[in-house]
Amino acid sequence: MRSILNRLLLAIALVMSPIAFTQAQEHGHEGETAEHGETRKEGFDVGGMIMHHIKDEHGWELAHGVTIPLPVILYSPDRGLEVFSSSRLAHDQVYNGYKQIHGKIHRVDAAGNDDHEAKFYNFSITKNVASLLLSAIILLSIFPAVSRSYAKNRGKAPKGLQSFLEPIILFVRDEIAKPSIGPKYVKYLPYLLTLFFFILVNNLLGLLPGAANLTGNIAVTLVLAVITFLIVSFSGNKHYWMHIVKPTGVPWFVLPIMIPVEIVGVFMKPISLMVRLFANITAGHIIILSLLGLIFMANSLGGMTTSIAISPVVLFFTLFLNLIELLVAFLQAFIFTLLTAMYIGSAVEEHHEADHGIGFEGAEAH
Amino acid sequence: MDLLTPDLGLLFWQVVVFLGLFLILRAFAWKPITESLNERENNIQSALDLAEKTRQEMTALKADNDKLLAQARTEREAILRGAKETADKMVADSRVKAEAEGKRILEQAREAMQNERQALVAQMKKEVVTLSLDIAEKVLRKELSDKSSQEKLVNDLVSNSRLN
Repeated sequence: MRSILNRLLLAIALVMSPIAFTQAQEHGHEGETAEHGETRKEGFDVGGMIMHHIKDEHGWELAHGVTIPLPVILYSPDRGLEVFSSSRLAHDQVYNGYKQIHGKIHRVDAAGNDDHEAKFYNFSITKNVASLLLSAIILLSIFPAVSRSYAKNRGKAPKGLQSFLEPIILFVRDEIAKPSIGPKYVKYLPYLLTLFFFILVNNLLGLLPGAANLTGNIAVTLVLAVITFLIVSFSGNKHYWMHIVKPTGVPWFVLPIMIPVEIVGVFMKPISLMVRLFANITAGHIIILSLLGLIFMANSLGGMTTSIAISPVVLFFTLFLNLIELLVAFLQAFIFTLLTAMYIGSAVEEHHEADHGIGFEGAEAH
Repeated sequence: MDLLTPDLGLLFWQVVVFLGLFLILRAFAWKPITESLNERENNIQSALDLAEKTRQEMTALKADNDKLLAQARTEREAILRGAKETADKMVADSRVKAEAEGKRILEQAREAMQNERQALVAQMKKEVVTLSLDIAEKVLRKELSDKSSQEKLVNDLVSNSRLN
C-alpha cells in the first residue's frame, strides 16, 4: 500500500514539475515584460530569461515577486565583515554603499558611481549556496538515518529508504569503485559515494521548478574536479608519475611529443570532469528554458492565440526533455564518479604492462 | 555573476559544505553502511558455506551409514551361515553317532541270538538223543519180549552177518 502511494506521488511529481515550471515561467514572463516594458516595447528576451535562470543571484526568486531574501555576507579589509539581507539591495537600492549591478554587488560612492578601487570579498549565501546547503541538509538527513536503520536491522533484510538506496550504494561500490580502482577501493569509497550522491541530489534538485542550477555552475564543478585532482595526485604511485615522464612502450624519439601530452593529460582530466558536468546540466536547463521560451516568443510575435496553439506541442517536448534530464541527472553523477574512480585507479594501479590508460580513454569520449 | 567565471563566494561555500558533507557522511553514514553491508555479505557467505559443508557432511554421513549397513548385512549373513553350518554339522554328527549305536546294538542282539540258538540246538540235540534212546529201548524191549522173536532176531543177525 505504501509503495503504491509512493509511486503515485512520484508520478505526480514527475508530471507536475514541467507544468509548474511553465507556470513559474509564465509569472516570470509577465513580470519581465513589465520590467523590460520601458526599454523593450516588443519581443520577449528569451536569452535574458534563460541566463537569469541558470545563473546565481542574491535572494531566491521562486517566481516573479516571490523572492526569498538571503543573507549577503561581505568582507572588506577596511570595513570588516558585513551581513545584511539581500532584500536591501533589491530594486537597485543602495545599502551601506553597496549596489547590485547586473546581479553583481558593487561598491558605490556617495554619488552612486561604481567604486573600482574598493576591495571586498563576497561570501554571500546566494541562491546557489542556499541550494547547496539545502542539498547538504537533504543528504545529512537521509544517509545517517539510513545508516541507523542498518544498525537497527542488523542481520535482517533492508527496509524502506534503506532498501531503495542500498542498490545504488552497492552499484557505486561494485560497478564503479571495485572494477576501476581494484583492491584498494575501500579507502576511496566514502569520497566516491559522497560525490555520487552530492551530484545526483543537486542534479535532481536543479530539475525542480524555481530551483537553483548548482551542478551547472562552474564553481561547484571546479571544486569537485580539483578535489578529484588532488586525490588522484596524492595517491599516485611511482608507476603513475614515472609513466608521465617515461611512458612505457614508446620509442625515444616520440618522447618529446608524449611527455607534454601526458603532462597536459594530468590537468585535462579534471578540466574535462569540470566542463562535462557544468555543460551537461547547464545545457539541459537551457534547452528546457528555450522550449518554454518559445511560448512567450510566439506570444510576442503572433499574439495570444499562437502561443496557446503551440503550448501543447512545447509542453510535450518539455515533458520529454524533463524525462531526459532526469536520466542525465543520474548519468552525469555516474560518469563523474566513474571517471574519478578510473583516474584514482590509474594512479594507484600496480602493474607492469605497456597498455597504460587504454581502459579509460574510451570512457572519456562521453 | 558570469557563466564561466567561478564566484569566490560559491567556491568557498562549496569547498566548506562539500568537505563537511564528506567528513560527516564518511563518519556517520558510509563507514557504518559499508561495514553493515560487508557484515551481511559475510554472513550470507558463511551461511552458504555452512549449508554446503552440512550437505557434504550429510553425504559423508549417508555414505558411512550405507557402509555400516552393508557391513552389518554381511556380518549377519556370516553369522547365519556359521549357525547353519554348525547345525548341519551337529545333525550330521548325531546321525553318524546314532547309526553307529544302532549298528552296535544290532550286532549285540545278533550275537546274543546266535548264542541262544547254539545253546538251544545243543540242548535239542541232547534231548533228541535221549528221546531216541528211550524210544529205541522201549521198542527193543517190546520186540524182544518173547523167546521166538529173540531167536528170530538172532537168526537174522546171524544170517546177515555170515561168517566167511
